[in-house]
Amino acid sequence: MNVVTIAGPPSSGKTAVILKTVHAMKNRGIRVGVVKFDCLYTDDDSLYDKAGVPVRKGLSGALCPDHYFVSNIEEVVQWGIKEKLDLLITESAGLCNRCSPHIKGITAVCVLDNLSGINTPKKIGPMLKFADIIVITKGDIVSQAEREVFASRVRTVNPKAITMHMNGLTGQGAYEFSTVLYNEEQNIQTVKGKQLRFSMPSAMCSYCLGETRIGEAYQLGNRRKIKLGDDDVK
Amino acid sequence: MLSKDILAKMKIQSMIDQYPFIVSFLKDNQLDIAGYEEETWYHFLSSMSEQTKEEQTIDTDNLMEASVAYINEMLRFLGLDEESTVQSLTIIAGKDKDGRSEGFDRIKINKSEIVSIVGPTGSGKSRLLADIEWTASKDTPTDRAILINDQTPDKKWRYSTGNKLVAQLSQNMNFVMDLSVQEFLELHAQSRLVENEKETIQRIIEAANKLAGESFDLDTPITSLSGGQSRALMIADTAILSTSPIVLIDEIENAGIDRKKALNLLVSSDKIVLMATHDPILALMADKRIVIKNGGINKVIETNEEERRMLTELEKVDRMMQNLRNHLRLGEQLKLNLLDRNL
Repeated sequence: MNVVTIAGPPSSGKTAVILKTVHAMKNRGIRVGVVKFDCLYTDDDSLYDKAGVPVRKGLSGALCPDHYFVSNIEEVVQWGIKEKLDLLITESAGLCNRCSPHIKGITAVCVLDNLSGINTPKKIGPMLKFADIIVITKGDIVSQAEREVFASRVRTVNPKAITMHMNGLTGQGAYEFSTVLYNEEQNIQTVKGKQLRFSMPSAMCSYCLGETRIGEAYQLGNRRKIKLGDDDVK
Repeated sequence: MLSKDILAKMKIQSMIDQYPFIVSFLKDNQLDIAGYEEETWYHFLSSMSEQTKEEQTIDTDNLMEASVAYINEMLRFLGLDEESTVQSLTIIAGKDKDGRSEGFDRIKINKSEIVSIVGPTGSGKSRLLADIEWTASKDTPTDRAILINDQTPDKKWRYSTGNKLVAQLSQNMNFVMDLSVQEFLELHAQSRLVENEKETIQRIIEAANKLAGESFDLDTPITSLSGGQSRALMIADTAILSTSPIVLIDEIENAGIDRKKALNLLVSSDKIVLMATHDPILALMADKRIVIKNGGINKVIETNEEERRMLTELEKVDRMMQNLRNHLRLGEQLKLNLLDRNL
């Protein structure tokens, strides 16, 4: 089975990209399944369902979605194998720009959209920097110049990746993306023992454990103070 | 091609001297090299503290490889002009949605040529464009093949980020950045590593103002341009600054822009222009038109003499309409004699 992790900021068009790609793969007889990770709510699973794509969803609730993802990825892979998938896609919203879901040896995709602003590539961490393929969406509604500038900003942050443009509405680019996504020779049976490409965001402070009160006295553990100027108390 | 071993041993200052564009790589990856100019690149990367690396999400090996890939990609991009000008684009027939052969053998389009594309929504215009952009070689659902300069094209067109084969202009496109025209053009010019930035920007604004019904200047915020002005700026910018040799246009609305001049500008910049349109004036300005039906190219029609004569008449009607529009804009009462097409 092939496994691909697809991540990207909320509303960048991940689900549209995956749906169009699955559609483009249909004729090639590749069985694709999706596991959607989100935080509080998602109804994207019903979109996949409607398209006839086997789907499961996982909501992280109060936990860091990244940590939730990595604690469940092996179970997800086993689900994919049980479903006899040829390609398992995990879709996770990069809810913080520090998200780092990509795994060594597993194809990693980052979806970004042209509307998010040209400084966005600079702001996004491992999710973009360590991706193998970058899909840029919503190119049909911004000018050619903005598309070119955005793509060049993506290139400075991750020059190694393949960058592709896709229109999630018409599916233009989906067929092309599907050809670089699926690799007949790859056969993943487990991700046990594999490693993340970069460490996940961490915290471990009193607020992680449910503290709600504000003030120095309640801040314990791993914490950091904002730098506001020369008067900062060290 | 620059290798990792060579770059690793290079002093940062000589790296900057030799590859000045690396400065934006350093900046965008938030690498502060102050004080390290005389150290080697490898030494700089490996001397970062674990904490800094963790905070800036840096992996030394990954960043090393990224810097090599960036320099090589930029060198390719800069050396492009000489080695790969596109003289012609050829489409070799494939099949339609039902697997039937398309109604032509091959279409060759030379640079500075305009071809229009007609056909109902959903008939396969996007697929045709995607085939061109991907330089299909009988490996897409249509089985079409694309030749560049009569040859099977280099696969670099598929994956290169800096140099896309096709630039697109469509009706739905907007400027979304919060910048003035000047800042916007500077940004685009910088991303293209243009040398004579000032002069290029001047050329673009002049060209754009020749196309736009109402003129604008470099201090105008791009988001407050009118529809016609935006379109004019997009076309002038694409003609002069974009590297893509093929331009696809999805309709140009009639208001506030001189469409004939717009097409002439693109053609005079050596572009191949493909234009999806059902506007008779635009469609007849093309040398030929591709008719798309059921996912395939149904036929290719050459614009004939009769159609060209019609175009002259249609242009007169168009001028009359423009003229009426101007009178309205100036707050005048319209007179019947303005309907005279030969005015």
